[in-house]
Amino acid sequence: MSSTNYLITIFRFTVLVLVQVLLCNKIGFLGFINPMIYILFIYWYPIKQNRAVFLLISFLLGFTIDIFSDTLAFHSAATITIAFLRPTIMRFCFGVNFEFQSFKINTVPWIQKITFLGLLIFIHHTVFFTLEVFSFDNFLLILKKIVLVILASLLLCTLFSSLFSIKKE
Amino acid sequence: MQQIINFIFRNKILLLYLFLLLIAMGFTIQSHSYHQSKFFNSANWISGGIYKTSNNISDYFNLEIENEKLVQENIRLKNLLYNRAYKEEQVIDTLLLDTTNLDYTIVAAKIIKNSYSLLDNYITLNKGAKHGIKQDMGVITPNGILGIIENTSNKFSRVQSILNRRSNLNAKLKNTENFGSLIWNGKDYNTVQLIDIPRRIPLKVGDTILTGAASSIFPENIPIGSIKKIDLDVSKSSYSLDIQLFNDMTNIKNVYIINNKNRTELEQLEAKNSNVQY
Repeated sequence: MSSTNYLITIFRFTVLVLVQVLLCNKIGFLGFINPMIYILFIYWYPIKQNRAVFLLISFLLGFTIDIFSDTLAFHSAATITIAFLRPTIMRFCFGVNFEFQSFKINTVPWIQKITFLGLLIFIHHTVFFTLEVFSFDNFLLILKKIVLVILASLLLCTLFSSLFSIKKE
Repeated sequence: MQQIINFIFRNKILLLYLFLLLIAMGFTIQSHSYHQSKFFNSANWISGGIYKTSNNISDYFNLEIENEKLVQENIRLKNLLYNRAYKEEQVIDTLLLDTTNLDYTIVAAKIIKNSYSLLDNYITLNKGAKHGIKQDMGVITPNGILGIIENTSNKFSRVQSILNRRSNLNAKLKNTENFGSLIWNGKDYNTVQLIDIPRRIPLKVGDTILTGAASSIFPENIPIGSIKKIDLDVSKSSYSLDIQLFNDMTNIKNVYIINNKNRTELEQLEAKNSNVQY
């Protein structure tokens, strides 16, 4: 990774944490819908990198958000899960060609991008709300939260990712 | 040996993932079973500081509404004060106000982080140990109760909101001494549940619920809410009531922290009873 890439990653980390904590956690649409847009960090993170470092950074990201929102440590668990599963999901969405050197995420069709983002959000939210409720007595409550928050997160993440997409090089 | 090392190298990502997951699950289980960790919460100086800065900015947008609320409360209190003087006709100069003998002291604070959409909600305030705030002090708003101080740092403190599944307060019906436990089922942030009120007591929708006398944290008779729906619990021997809160939990700014000076004494007295309600 070149030094500009480091800077971009640090910048993204900070901005996404602040936006999540200061804006998105306060939306409270219908009382409980707070979209989680920091998942974009996992979505944007460069592909050809050391996976161990990626996992550690994801843990740090989740943990920072946990500290801010007093939800120790649901965000961390959910974030490292999608960080760990990311290569599998990418192979599922983009086929084998994502392993080639020339692969860039902004060159694939938008439907594949949405599928990728949607799967990340789905797994993340399932882990998150299961941990939050922590009992299957309230299964309907988990289901309701998962479905509605996924829709909100997906909408916002798609908007943000198209707003701040990396220019084609 | 060689094979073990090979195995570790081959699966190092999986092992790292499992290790991190273990840490996260450890924190999760800890947070579900007892008060959250002393250091990793939003009352520490970094997150508290950031919330405070953000709050300094957003405060201005609500100044008018907040002023209006405070004026309303002042009007109510002044009403009480003046009417009382006329009614009881006490001779003022014989009434000594010795501050060392007061039962409760009150500190005003502001909410810098509110939360109501989770199942276990915590609120962060801008007053901390430096201002004399300690664990287990009660927090009220002009309209009702908010929660109990759970953790303090030097400048900030964290409140376990009544919108928390671990919250369990003593509450009673207005004009009676029948009390029950106030809990929250996590479903609606405007409604809490009052359980353990015996069935033989006549109730109506709209009756007022107050804080009870058994609490060593809150003074008696602080309004909480009114009965919205009357149900019986599983055993059919006591009520399970839905209480509509007087507070709008989504829109609170100024709160008061109540310190009961006699609390330690009370607790020592009740120490033998293992099932003390807050």
